Amino acid sequence: MKLSVWTYEGPPHVGALRVATAMKGLHYVLHAPQGDTYADLLFTMIERRNHRPPVTYTTFQARDLGSDTANLFRTACQEAHARFQPEAMIVGASCTAELIQDDPGGMAETMGLPIPVIPLELPSYQRKENYGADETFFQIVRALARPVARTGPITCNLIGPTALGFRHRDDITEVTALLSDLGVEVNVTAPYGATPGDLKRLGAAHFNVLMYPETGEAACRWMERELGQPFTRTVPIGVGATRDFAAEVAKLTGLEATLDTSRLRQPWYSASVDSTYLTGKRVFIFGAGTQVAAAARIARDEMGFEVVGMGCYNREMARPIRALARDYGVEALISDDYLDVEARIEELAPELILGTQMERHTAKRLGIPCAVISAPVHVQDFPARYSPQMGIEGANVIFDTWVHPLVMGLEEHLLAMFREDFEFHDAAGASHHGHKATPRPESAGRTTPASGPSDPEPAPAADGAATWLEEAERELRKVPFFVRGKARRNTETFAAERGLSQISIDTLYEAKSHYAR
Amino acid sequence: MTHQSSLAAPAGCRDAPVLKQRGQHEVFCGLTGIIWLHRKMQDAFFLVVGSRTCAHLLQSAAGVMIFAEPRFGTAILEETDLAGLADAQDELEREVDRLLARRSDIRQLFLVGSCPSEVIKLDLSRAAERLSARHAPKVRVLNYSGSGIETTFTEGEDACLASMVPALPETRDRQLMLVGALPDVVEDQALDLLQKLGIDRVTVLPARTANKEVAVGPETVFALTQPFLGATHSALERRGARHIPAPFPFGEEGTTRWLSAVAHEFGVDKERFESVTDAPRARARRAVAKATETLNGKSVFLFPDSQLEIPLARFLTRECGMTAVEIGAPYIHKSVVGPDMDLLSQGPTISEGQDVDLQLDRCRAAQPDLTVCGLGLANPLEAEGLATKWAIELVFTPVHFYEQAGDLAGLFSRPLHRRQLLMKSEDIGDPATPGAIPDPAPASGGRS
Repeated sequence: MKLSVWTYEGPPHVGALRVATAMKGLHYVLHAPQGDTYADLLFTMIERRNHRPPVTYTTFQARDLGSDTANLFRTACQEAHARFQPEAMIVGASCTAELIQDDPGGMAETMGLPIPVIPLELPSYQRKENYGADETFFQIVRALARPVARTGPITCNLIGPTALGFRHRDDITEVTALLSDLGVEVNVTAPYGATPGDLKRLGAAHFNVLMYPETGEAACRWMERELGQPFTRTVPIGVGATRDFAAEVAKLTGLEATLDTSRLRQPWYSASVDSTYLTGKRVFIFGAGTQVAAAARIARDEMGFEVVGMGCYNREMARPIRALARDYGVEALISDDYLDVEARIEELAPELILGTQMERHTAKRLGIPCAVISAPVHVQDFPARYSPQMGIEGANVIFDTWVHPLVMGLEEHLLAMFREDFEFHDAAGASHHGHKATPRPESAGRTTPASGPSDPEPAPAADGAATWLEEAERELRKVPFFVRGKARRNTETFAAERGLSQISIDTLYEAKSHYAR
Repeated sequence: MTHQSSLAAPAGCRDAPVLKQRGQHEVFCGLTGIIWLHRKMQDAFFLVVGSRTCAHLLQSAAGVMIFAEPRFGTAILEETDLAGLADAQDELEREVDRLLARRSDIRQLFLVGSCPSEVIKLDLSRAAERLSARHAPKVRVLNYSGSGIETTFTEGEDACLASMVPALPETRDRQLMLVGALPDVVEDQALDLLQKLGIDRVTVLPARTANKEVAVGPETVFALTQPFLGATHSALERRGARHIPAPFPFGEEGTTRWLSAVAHEFGVDKERFESVTDAPRARARRAVAKATETLNGKSVFLFPDSQLEIPLARFLTRECGMTAVEIGAPYIHKSVVGPDMDLLSQGPTISEGQDVDLQLDRCRAAQPDLTVCGLGLANPLEAEGLATKWAIELVFTPVHFYEQAGDLAGLFSRPLHRRQLLMKSEDIGDPATPGAIPDPAPASGGRS
């Protein structure tokens, strides 16, 4: 057992739901107890879909346990087929049904429905949502896709976008345009918007664009093997990655790598002098592996940030993220426990966090600016406006999104210059969003530096550690607040290593020069 | 008004035939009750023993609350826990020890059963006993089931309160017990009204903290403030307490009839009752009248959700001038909602349980002016052109008693008012369709 409050991923059948809801003409019969329908509202509320997810839940109850649940399942399948007339069905069990050992796949097979019925085996107690989506899509592709003649013009499939995917809707639009500029048309986008009939035509494409490895890689590997279709390895998030993607497509197709960069503004914005203050900003990156890898490259090579930590919650991506972290000279954090992530953030004291909805809240608690780069996300990250992450427009969107929460350059100078001023002080916060001006409390400041009510720092060092002399404590307060936590910790470590019992101003600056190296 | 006698309305629907269906239920399970119970019971922690699905449900239902160090969590069963049961008991003890060591503010711990823990027959009552012995006297450990195979949405509160009743100390005092978790502001208003009526010995289940001594005994009479408390009702009767049947305190009439039933039990005279209730009654009537302009003459269809449907339909039809087409409830406890059914005029279909596709067919055929339903159905029905009201809000918003009567009516009139405000638009398409967005930057030339 593991105690948990927040989970980055849902159970695997939610992944299957994401595939079913993304598609049209497919129906999912899910052997599940009353209450599992809660997952519907992820789609109708967070993604604001205007239709019910195409799922029938068998809704078994305690009194059915024993013999009747298998019958319930059969009836549900028959009724779903009669009512919705799908082109194909997927059937499977949720975590509770997995325990009662009815065999949805076997039962559905014996029913003789006149459509393909695809059984799913999703181990609920070992795997999670992304695996569920990847495996479900793979099984559907395996059941439906067949070798067919290639299209005359060069085409590709877009593989991996699902319902409830972070910016999948607009990434499809952007990547379709990108490919069109390269002279490649899209054969089928799947699972998003595809029908089972469309999946039968997958083999007509010359190659596959793997948009999201988390939810499309198994299907791409199968198509590579069985249909002879190579797939792209570069995910076009960021300017550099988009160029690499174009080059990769050019290599696969023999076409020229043409990119229409007339709308690309991110490189100039990043080069303009206003962005100089972004140089070396310490950033921590966490989310799903694909987004983290893309974000790290953008952060370092396109924004000039210093990546001080990175990690992902999906174990499937642990290996590439560990390797990437080594390249960046940082330690990877592979964990699905948000408390681990919070502890790492506190330890690293970054100036910007790029993460998920959970990191947004951690950042809020710690008073650190944050932008969202990865699922899980809340309703505000399914925006009405066009907001891709991929391609040319994606780069523009990312620049705005990441810079937005940071204190603007001029503001930062004002904060540093006038930190004793009544308006520009520590408690006023690091962001100009959502706060009204907080005047500095009268009592805080010069005379009671260590424990003023406006002091957001941890209490002075615990027993055995060096104590801060009052003048050193006062000097520490002059250090900009976003690096002060780190300065405090560094100084205390420095003092401890040297067996000092008191920290003076000199100790503070000795430590500063020691760590500056 | 006269006490009690007015409750025996002749043309009620208590004996109307009930349409019972089963099939897919589009409802929450009882675990969801934890979301509001943990806010109410300030020193309680709710530990669900379940799967990742249970944790995901709580996270989805709790929204932003999850980020505020909530007093609930899920011990997620892993593959190794499914292998041997003795092992699971040890695992649970270890998790509880760690939890209680970290959270010294916890005085009551509820082990909450889920579908997976019920199916593998994990004995949580034995675990609760062992853990109670281990952590006594500081922490009391109870258990109940909030599983979907046994409970629907608000029944989770019922199961929780019912689990507390056998453990309550015995009293022989004559007292009134209010049963049901209400928002603090509403609870205070209710206590204030009762005190003005001269009813002094009042306890509330659940109390805000475990230290508040709530006791029960043969001289206890209890009034339910929520209609979904069937099991708690039975548990209290087993302790010798007596139920005061009454319509539920929604709207001016419901509140007055509820108070009147209690006043009658305690021999409060008519003058005193009127002097206490006249002013708030008039206030409530005025507040409801505003919303009624929008609601009057409109039809309403209620999908099953919380068991509040029957009392709310009574309020909407009698005080807001609406007509009910169908009133669906997950369960109908006639000993509890009978007085409300007596006041509902005959006509609407009364349904218990659900086959959601068939119910949707009936709803579409009826084309009601307003449909009260869950979040999984609301947007799809809006897209079909039906105005909806999310049912879950009725559980999370203060809606009981006089001062909230206007707010309650407002919850139903707002969606209709909004539809009037927004121009009928041809532009309502599927927000999830890619490519529906025009070129984002036409000024810079766009692409071909």
